[in-house]
Amino acid sequence: MECLIGIRFNDYVLLAADTVDARSIVVMNHDEEKFCKVSDQVMMAVCGEAGHTDNFSEYIQKNVKLYKMRYTYELSPQATAHFTRRTMAEYLRSSTPYNCNLIVGGYDNVGNKAELFFIDYLASISELPYCAHGYGGYFVLSTMDAHYKPDLPLEEGIKLLKLCIQEIGKRFLVNLPLYKVKLINKDGIQDLPTIQGADLVKYQVRPIGGDASAAPMEIGRA
Amino acid sequence: MALDSLCGFSTSQPAFKGFSSMCTLQNDLDVFTGNFKNNLQLMNPPAAHIPELEAMKVDYKDPLHRERKTPYGFYKTPLGYGPVEVPDVGAVTAPDSGLKIKMAHGTTTLGFKFKGGVIIAVDSRATGGMFIGSQEVKKVIEINDCLLGTMAGGAADCTYWERFLSKQCRLYELRNREKISVAAASKLLANICFHYKGYGLSMGTMIAGWDKRGPGLYYVDDDGRRAPGNLFSVGSGSTYALGVLDGSYKWDLTDEEAQELGRRAIFHATHRDAASGGVVRVYHVKEGGWEKISEVDNDKYWEKYSGDKMPIVIN
Repeated sequence: MECLIGIRFNDYVLLAADTVDARSIVVMNHDEEKFCKVSDQVMMAVCGEAGHTDNFSEYIQKNVKLYKMRYTYELSPQATAHFTRRTMAEYLRSSTPYNCNLIVGGYDNVGNKAELFFIDYLASISELPYCAHGYGGYFVLSTMDAHYKPDLPLEEGIKLLKLCIQEIGKRFLVNLPLYKVKLINKDGIQDLPTIQGADLVKYQVRPIGGDASAAPMEIGRA
Repeated sequence: MALDSLCGFSTSQPAFKGFSSMCTLQNDLDVFTGNFKNNLQLMNPPAAHIPELEAMKVDYKDPLHRERKTPYGFYKTPLGYGPVEVPDVGAVTAPDSGLKIKMAHGTTTLGFKFKGGVIIAVDSRATGGMFIGSQEVKKVIEINDCLLGTMAGGAADCTYWERFLSKQCRLYELRNREKISVAAASKLLANICFHYKGYGLSMGTMIAGWDKRGPGLYYVDDDGRRAPGNLFSVGSGSTYALGVLDGSYKWDLTDEEAQELGRRAIFHATHRDAASGGVVRVYHVKEGGWEKISEVDNDKYWEKYSGDKMPIVIN
């Protein structure tokens, strides 16, 4: 039921992840952090089976750190993504496969470009301009198809992300009210203000038995 | 001889027969101290060797005890954890349910942080299917002076692994000359849970305490999940407890208000959840360590809480 969204523009990447941590029918935590900072320029958003997500992303994070200690330079975002994919692939055919899905976003300081990778639990990888994991993808991939341009400035990019989150809030059965957002650009990784999914939705309700031609009441949040 | 049979070293075991051969002694030492070399290895409980309890011994070919008949109505845990009683509930569980004894599966536990520290409150009922095994289980495990663990799920899994955690925390102190943090302690437990993921562990716990970072509260469960947070509730009655807690929780509660809120949430959960009940235990973790606040039977609260409704506050 979780949702991760990633959008890559010419000189920055936006990653958004819902903050719900559910067990059975109960939400255990409303501000779960589904991001893992792999290095100064690379961020991963992770969802999937409880336990696997933290364990896998921490394994990747520590190994990338170890690489930097050994060789004094950092893995590029692309190398990080492929290392992640390979690790996932090795575990996939072991007796202890990891069941988690990732979006890797990063800014390549050498090639001076933003990059976004979609990796799933079957260890497939795609370099994409935008992608989503979870049911949210069924709603917002078309939204992004319709609105995405690679040269959108940051304000417009955030607007696009809000549009996506609004759509999920409106049409997806499961309540994912809050999204944490990360910005990755040449200056590194930054937190952006969280986006309230439900806040953006205004439902139109007609009074029962009322005049069908009357204007619908607008019910927003208090 | 009387002592060794009482301790469970029956003469049929190849142990402590005397010093006739150093080789035998070495074997005995290897058998009985294997857990020193590998502390994840478990010793058989001593009771497994007592002839009267022979029927209770784990049959490794039939670990689900499908053929088991117990000689007694209940069986006290041998290691002195307190009155966790394991009844023979074979007759009342579904015939195809496999496991016949699954204790303390129904539970209500909660924990929350507030400005005055952490409140932990739990019920004390142990159930196996439709059977109430005990009304006075201690579901708060006192790991050390500054750390508490709660148990929900399988009683055996929770008591064993939190006792194990307690040992590891003490070893950490001896090695590092400093108290273990709540984050580190909870991670030790989460790593064990992750290691045993898929092997049928059943535990939903909260680890609460106070360390140099201030109050700490972590949720750790059997699928290896570990999450820090301000407010958790675990167990079959957790939804009811959350229903009370979420309505009145705020960070600025006074100590008395917080203790009362925890107590009340557990009370209302035990009222609605058949698998929770017994006494309400409330603990308060403060700067210097935890303190037990109250341990009072639920029926004492009925009179008070049914007449005295909580104020409705919309934030």
